[in-house]
Amino acid sequence: MNTGIGDASDIIGILVSVIITAALLIWVERRLLAVWQDRLGPNRVGPMGLMQVVADMIKMFFKEDWIPPFSDKLVFVLAPTIVFITMLTGFAVIPFAPGVGIIDFNFGLLYFLALSSLSVYSIVLAGYASNNKYSLLGGLRAAAQTVSYEVFMGISIMGVVMLSGTFNLREIVEAQRDGWFIIPQFFGFIIFLIAVIAESRRGPLDLPEAEQELVGGFHTEYSGMKFGMFFVGEYVAITLSSAIIVTLFFGGWLGPSWLPPLVWFCLKTAVGIVFFILLRGALPRPRYDQLMTFGWKVLLPAGLLNLLVTGAVVLSLHGT
Amino acid sequence: MARIEIDGRFYDVQDNTNVLSTCLSLGMDLPYFCWHPAMGSVGACRQCAVIQYKDAEDTRGRLVMACMTPVMNDMRLSISSEQARRFRSDNIELLMTNHPHDCPVCEEGGECHLQDMTVMTGHTFRRYRGSKRTHNNQNLGPFINHEMNRCIACYRCVRFYNDYAGGHDLQVLGVHNNVYFGRFEDGTLENEFSGNLVEVCPTGVFTDKTFSAHYARKWDLQTAPSICVHCGLGCNTAPGERYGELRRIINRYHGAVNGYFLCDRGRFGYGFVNSSKRILKPRIDNQPIIAIETAESHFRKLLNAAKSTIGIGSPRASLEANFALRELVGEENFFLGLNDTEHTLLNTIIDLMRHGGIHSPSLREIEQADAVLILGEDVTHSAPRLALSIRQALRNASFAMAQTMHIPLWQDAAIRQLRGNVQSPLFIASICATRLDDVATNTYHGSPENVARLGFAIAHCLDDSTPAPFALSTSEQSLASSIASRLKQAKRPLVVSGTSCSCLAVIQAAYNIAKAIPSKDKQLTFTVPECNSVGLTIMGGKRLQQAFERIDNGLTDNVIILENDLYRRASHKAVDLFLETAAHVSVIDSLENKTTEKAQLLLPAATFAESEGTLVNNEGRAQRYFPVYPATEAARGSWQWLTSVMEDPHWQHHDALTSACATTLPGLATLIQSASVTEDAIAGSKIPRQPHRYSGRTAMHANIKVSEPGPAHDLETPFAFSMEGATTHAPPALLPVIWAPGWNSNQAINKFQEEISGHLRDGDTGIRLIEASGELPWFDDIPTAFEPEPGLWRITPLPNIFGSEELSQQSPSIRERQPLVCILLNPMDAETLAVGTGDPIEIREFAGATTLTIHAQIEHTLPRGLVGVTTGLPEFQSLQAWTQITLKKANPELQDLSEVPL
Amino acid sequence: MRSQLRSLWEVLKHTFVKPDTVEYPEEKPALFPRYRGRIILTRDPDGEERCVACNLCAVACPVDCIALQKTEDKNGRWYPEFFRINFSRCILCGFCEEACPTNAIQLTPDFEMCEYDRQNMVYEKQHLLIDGTGKYHDYNFYRVAGMTILDKDKGQAENEASPIDVKTLLP
Repeated sequence: MNTGIGDASDIIGILVSVIITAALLIWVERRLLAVWQDRLGPNRVGPMGLMQVVADMIKMFFKEDWIPPFSDKLVFVLAPTIVFITMLTGFAVIPFAPGVGIIDFNFGLLYFLALSSLSVYSIVLAGYASNNKYSLLGGLRAAAQTVSYEVFMGISIMGVVMLSGTFNLREIVEAQRDGWFIIPQFFGFIIFLIAVIAESRRGPLDLPEAEQELVGGFHTEYSGMKFGMFFVGEYVAITLSSAIIVTLFFGGWLGPSWLPPLVWFCLKTAVGIVFFILLRGALPRPRYDQLMTFGWKVLLPAGLLNLLVTGAVVLSLHGT
Repeated sequence: MARIEIDGRFYDVQDNTNVLSTCLSLGMDLPYFCWHPAMGSVGACRQCAVIQYKDAEDTRGRLVMACMTPVMNDMRLSISSEQARRFRSDNIELLMTNHPHDCPVCEEGGECHLQDMTVMTGHTFRRYRGSKRTHNNQNLGPFINHEMNRCIACYRCVRFYNDYAGGHDLQVLGVHNNVYFGRFEDGTLENEFSGNLVEVCPTGVFTDKTFSAHYARKWDLQTAPSICVHCGLGCNTAPGERYGELRRIINRYHGAVNGYFLCDRGRFGYGFVNSSKRILKPRIDNQPIIAIETAESHFRKLLNAAKSTIGIGSPRASLEANFALRELVGEENFFLGLNDTEHTLLNTIIDLMRHGGIHSPSLREIEQADAVLILGEDVTHSAPRLALSIRQALRNASFAMAQTMHIPLWQDAAIRQLRGNVQSPLFIASICATRLDDVATNTYHGSPENVARLGFAIAHCLDDSTPAPFALSTSEQSLASSIASRLKQAKRPLVVSGTSCSCLAVIQAAYNIAKAIPSKDKQLTFTVPECNSVGLTIMGGKRLQQAFERIDNGLTDNVIILENDLYRRASHKAVDLFLETAAHVSVIDSLENKTTEKAQLLLPAATFAESEGTLVNNEGRAQRYFPVYPATEAARGSWQWLTSVMEDPHWQHHDALTSACATTLPGLATLIQSASVTEDAIAGSKIPRQPHRYSGRTAMHANIKVSEPGPAHDLETPFAFSMEGATTHAPPALLPVIWAPGWNSNQAINKFQEEISGHLRDGDTGIRLIEASGELPWFDDIPTAFEPEPGLWRITPLPNIFGSEELSQQSPSIRERQPLVCILLNPMDAETLAVGTGDPIEIREFAGATTLTIHAQIEHTLPRGLVGVTTGLPEFQSLQAWTQITLKKANPELQDLSEVPL
Repeated sequence: MRSQLRSLWEVLKHTFVKPDTVEYPEEKPALFPRYRGRIILTRDPDGEERCVACNLCAVACPVDCIALQKTEDKNGRWYPEFFRINFSRCILCGFCEEACPTNAIQLTPDFEMCEYDRQNMVYEKQHLLIDGTGKYHDYNFYRVAGMTILDKDKGQAENEASPIDVKTLLP
């Protein structure tokens, strides 16, 4: 079933709310991290410091937009837009609620996988175009990390696909009416969670920017709104990742009927985002070699095993 | 050569030395106190303990003192073994028990050998809680501070002062652990090399009093390699600056010239740079003007308006400044600005150095001489550092004896106690007693003619074909033949003469002697009065007298005088007339003097500490000095003033000027080698003048403007006026600050020498412009003997280390040591005049008016008919050498006599 | 794995912990006496300047914002002729206090020293010197060090024997 279900208002509504969410996340993350570090966080601009986002935006827009003279200028300018665009287009297939969404797409899941791996171009190109050794190292790390975790991400959700028998995200949600896939696919969920963090380059797996070692990694040379694109792109990625996790493992919009399905979906996604921030606030960053070893030596076998067991169970239950 | 093993590694080393200096030469850190590279070993402090193993099987070994252990083949040693380390650390802990806990208020702090060694041994915590022994301090005069509590009894001070420099008034007093190093009673240290105690003392017992008055830590001093400007020897110095003021001068090691030591004039004469007499603003008709441009355009206007311009150079200005003046006015209008007699003498000296065929030695080579004849000089006063070298040369006989007895040469105490006190012969023929008389084999005192006659007689005894003076007394004759026989026996004889007695015959006699000596390794050296006398004479130019005539004839109306007080060069009358007849007089100088008073245009010159240039010393070695700090206010290097008014100068920078100088003047052609020093040295980056711990950069000028102005840029030299740059690529001879990790004191120099006391790695600085060649005929212009005429006396200037030199005279500490302003008289002459020491006496030029009334002093060694006056003192400027005068006892009630020129 | 989960839980628990920070400037934080703020120069218990102008603070300063010049008074005490701190450069690291051998230079809990004109951040000795001993009440360098000053001769410092008469041969 390849049908567009949303009209123009859906598209604009989703676009606007996603961008606002992402922008707001700047403030949310800072406040949450502050709370967990027994601090107050930004609370001076506007009520509860909410206008901090606006202040930050204004600052970013008016900052000098410096393009290093030694950089590859065209690529340097293009790179930050890629991450932003790929992450936004990823929302096209997210099933917010029955009838709410942009496109109902048979291969929605594959589409998500494709876009999430496209975003790495942004990082690699940024690292290359900056013509700075820290940036280049960041870009290289991003490439290796994304390519590796791509594999486990794909393998980990194959269990979900087997159980539901479809790549269509809406059908996957519908398939969870009898029980969220988090229960049968717990290991798949864990692997997917780790892989999705690595893909979106969030703490604790933010090795491509690793401030302590690489100054700012791939975005060392970026300033002004181009840096802002990376910055907001990261929050869009978090939102997208949470939405996908909710869709695949937590029953999407499903929930008791005293709340509308869209609200359920948003609530679950919000919890996911908070969890992402908690991860960043609590866990230390592994070494680069540890990250790769863990991926190839633990996650890959575990994913394959999960796939094998799921396959066996599905076969034995449904027979022939 | 020997092969030794230290801590399991093998080294091929020289076998004529001791283990300590071998370890230091190899770049190892081994603490020591009593050993000094120039003074050898006595094994007094027990600090340099190492383990020596019997053979390859020996595991225990035994403690030996490295400085007392000769290097032998197949030696096995350990510096780092636990036992040796413990011994050294315990030893220093014991040495430190009485140390007074006053590093913060000690001038040595930060460049203290004791601090370095304490840290090196790892003694970091004081366990001793008992009472400390204390000592009272003494006032040791204007140069040296005394703080006896800091003493660790290494004996280096007395070994230097008495044994090395020949002093008598610094003693070891007291017994056992109460020993005290000082004078018998308070008073000025008499020796002319007392300043070296500051560097010789490993702690803060002897510190620089003049430095303490405006103290800054070593790490805060901005420093550049420099050359001493106070005599003709060209010792290397390291002046230090802080807050725009020159703070001190310390020795900068040079393997061939000054080695480890300076004289007190060189060390303490820097005060003139900070003097209130400094000219810091241009003046037109004695009105100070602010803008450099105004002065420049006025200067240019004078040049353009003049019928013709003559330039008078200076023996205390750099080669480059003199050359720039010569180029500005043209060769035919360039005059050397030397006293007429001095001009002749210097020309003769240069001629002898060039064509005489006798090697002109460096100070290091002088120390190798085994017989010395000094003709007509008191070298301690005319070229002080040379006297110290001659003292060392006298030890060569005892070294030779030690060698026959198989005593290593570094065994200082053993050699000094050799039976019979053997000493190489030193003969001094001079006008009156000299400061080297105490070690002289024989001395002769006479008028300059008589000294010259003795010289000719010695030459005749050495070689029959030389002319002999007639009517020589028998005592003189026998003295001459005994001197001649000793010189004949010597392998490396040295003849020293110079310009002090203003007598050409003395110089000629010295050449005759040197030429007549049969030895191949003979040496002949001359002392010259000023730091660039030789350079200026090589450059060549007309006599000052001719300049006077040019003005007198009205051929010229404009005069430029470069760093020269003409009143020191010619009679007052002549100079007055000259300066008044000339329509325009422009003077470039750094200090006010009588000539600057008469200048219509006075341009402030930077001193040696603020500008760059090349000086040629008495050996013919051209050496460069570099600005230590940027000149303040409107002062600029003389060469910059002169270049700024040239129509189309062939140079913009100093290096280009140096190479122009080298290409134009054939006598200076080799100077081209030093012209590219800036480019060569900054191939990597500039050399910082400030040490890497220079403090206060962001606060020192913050009171003027909080946004700190950047450091001045130095376009002329390889150095930066900041701590930016690197010293790693710089040859040690260009290092402003001698420092190595763990070695904050000047003893870090060990790390920069090829071998201990050897040449600096990558070579010592300086280019010898003159190498001896050819041969000159015998001089036969022998003067007749001096016969005093009754009632007539002859003025005889006698140089003095603390009074004669023009610039150091303005240094406050030197002025405190200035000799009494008095005239010296033979006791019999005094008797005929009925005056005693301290009585006033009137000096009257022959058939003239009274020129001066002054105290008399009896000098027993002065020949009759001569009147000794201190060279260069302003009071005596009106008295030219060899002037005939009459004397009369004056009314003793006259007060403040020197102030009464009538 | 367990430790990771535990950290997540421990951090999450902090959601309900009262913040340690306060809303400066409405509420002033309580500062300890050894807080590193504005630098002062103190006097010894006898009321004399403690600073002996040894230059160790200046050389320890990582931003080189201390400049001073040694001079001596007629009693033989060393003291700074001028002592200047450029607070617009100072990073309040406290190295100067650690380096000071006489406890003269000390950091205080006062950190509110903003100025509209940067030039006013340059403090001279008269701005730095206080009339008290600061944090260390008893130390007097000259009582310990063996340097002679007017009212303390050789042998009168702590643990010092009276001076030796060098002209005697008695043990």
